[in-house]
Amino acid sequence: MSASHPAAVGVSSSAERRHVMAVCAHATLAELADGIAAVAPDLAATVVRPPELGLVMLRGRAGGDGAPFNLGEATVARAAVRLSSGEMGLGYVLGRSLEKARLAAIVDALAQVPAHRPALQRALIEPVEARRLRERSVTAAETAATKVDFFTLVRGED
Amino acid sequence: MYVAVKGGEAAIANAHRLLASERRGDPAVPEISPDQIREQLSLAVDRVMSEGSLYDRDLAALAIKQARGDMIEAIFLVRAFRTTLPRFGYAAPLDTAAMQIRRRISATYKDLPGGQLLGPTFDYTHRLIDPALAGDETAVPAPLRAQIVSTELVPHVTGLLDGEGLIERNAPRADGLPAGDLTREALEFPADRDLRLQCLSRGDEGFLLGMAYSTQRGFGRTHPFAGEIRMGEVEVELFAEEAGFAIPLGEITVTEFETVNQFTGSESAPPQFTRGYGLVFGHCERKAMSMALVDRALRADELGEESGAPAQDQEFVLSHCDNVAATGFVEHLKLPHYVDFQAELGLIRKLRREHTARHVKEAAE
Repeated sequence: MSASHPAAVGVSSSAERRHVMAVCAHATLAELADGIAAVAPDLAATVVRPPELGLVMLRGRAGGDGAPFNLGEATVARAAVRLSSGEMGLGYVLGRSLEKARLAAIVDALAQVPAHRPALQRALIEPVEARRLRERSVTAAETAATKVDFFTLVRGED
Repeated sequence: MYVAVKGGEAAIANAHRLLASERRGDPAVPEISPDQIREQLSLAVDRVMSEGSLYDRDLAALAIKQARGDMIEAIFLVRAFRTTLPRFGYAAPLDTAAMQIRRRISATYKDLPGGQLLGPTFDYTHRLIDPALAGDETAVPAPLRAQIVSTELVPHVTGLLDGEGLIERNAPRADGLPAGDLTREALEFPADRDLRLQCLSRGDEGFLLGMAYSTQRGFGRTHPFAGEIRMGEVEVELFAEEAGFAIPLGEITVTEFETVNQFTGSESAPPQFTRGYGLVFGHCERKAMSMALVDRALRADELGEESGAPAQDQEFVLSHCDNVAATGFVEHLKLPHYVDFQAELGLIRKLRREHTARHVKEAAE
């Protein structure tokens, strides 16, 4: 998106966009659809790039922090949309849901419109983050219950 | 040599129809859904993702259903599927230090920062068949929860040794080039460690397990300790040109294993522990461990160790650990080799005629 674009005034910083995109990646299809419906029920979004499936090669590092290596691929769906007000949105999500990529692109575009930001925060970002936090806390608590303390036994004389 | 054949279309179509019926099994038994496979045969799904080298739980579950549970067939289906899709790019390296840990143990330290977390493990089960699972659906008791003491990142165990300089550092890439990719260029030998790790991570679990076991039994002994095994979720990010920044794509489950092995050192450098590394899609612990043992064995030349054992032979290990390649060549023997065999028949008849002629001649003399 060029800086001379009419919508450039409302363009979020890349850190803000990354945050919204992370929420979209972790959201369910229903959460995205409901969130968009609550924020912009009469939304008109033009498809700039039709949703498509592809692969991303994931990487690891030798020893966890050494030289990178190619680990294997993952399926990714992506899409790009433009709102009638000009904001361009990108959706990139793991998996094969083209609809999820399209909705994620719409959310990215909506989040760049300052007027929509508070409603989006209430209707989508906060609920998804709260659910994620809850789920992660449950996982952490269940894992913590399996924390083990082994005792080292002294060997006998023979 | 295989020579192409024609015909047989009707028989092949009928065979595949019969296969579909066999796959379904007794129609009186409810059909299994990919969702059920994904949720209840999750370790089978993980293995298909790992060896299919494609992270997609739903796709792997569907492949397992279609393949009637034949894992290598399912892996083959997944590998074939990936060839139909374009490549969007290369993700940023996964940060396993930032993992949401669901299992993490070390056999080197009893007490370590972050603790020993058993997680969902078969370890310490008695391996007794549970008849209760064969009956009607029973309610599974909810997992217990404990107070979370700390939400800080859990450091890698090897980092503790590194702090004292007791273990070799994981060297960054010296030449500044991107990691090699064996899905783009055929493997050549000797292969650098980045390509070896890629090849091992998608290698056959059984093959790598056997190779790893051979090093423990004395064929290329490296005396490993389980430095750390950890399993959980990590975030994936892709730098997208059109955005100009790294886009978070979601999270995946991986298993990581790092060994602490016996020493290297020289006149100038003091002795240090060495490392082997395993990183695998999903919860594939046996595979991650096997990978790390074989990775360490394959570093024999680099570390100036005596070599010559099968697990230390790059070409032997890397050329034969891919089960799709292996099954392709072994199973092609089933295809019609009629022309080839006719030639062999002609040859053996000729050899026998000559043999008989020689004997008759010798007897006459």
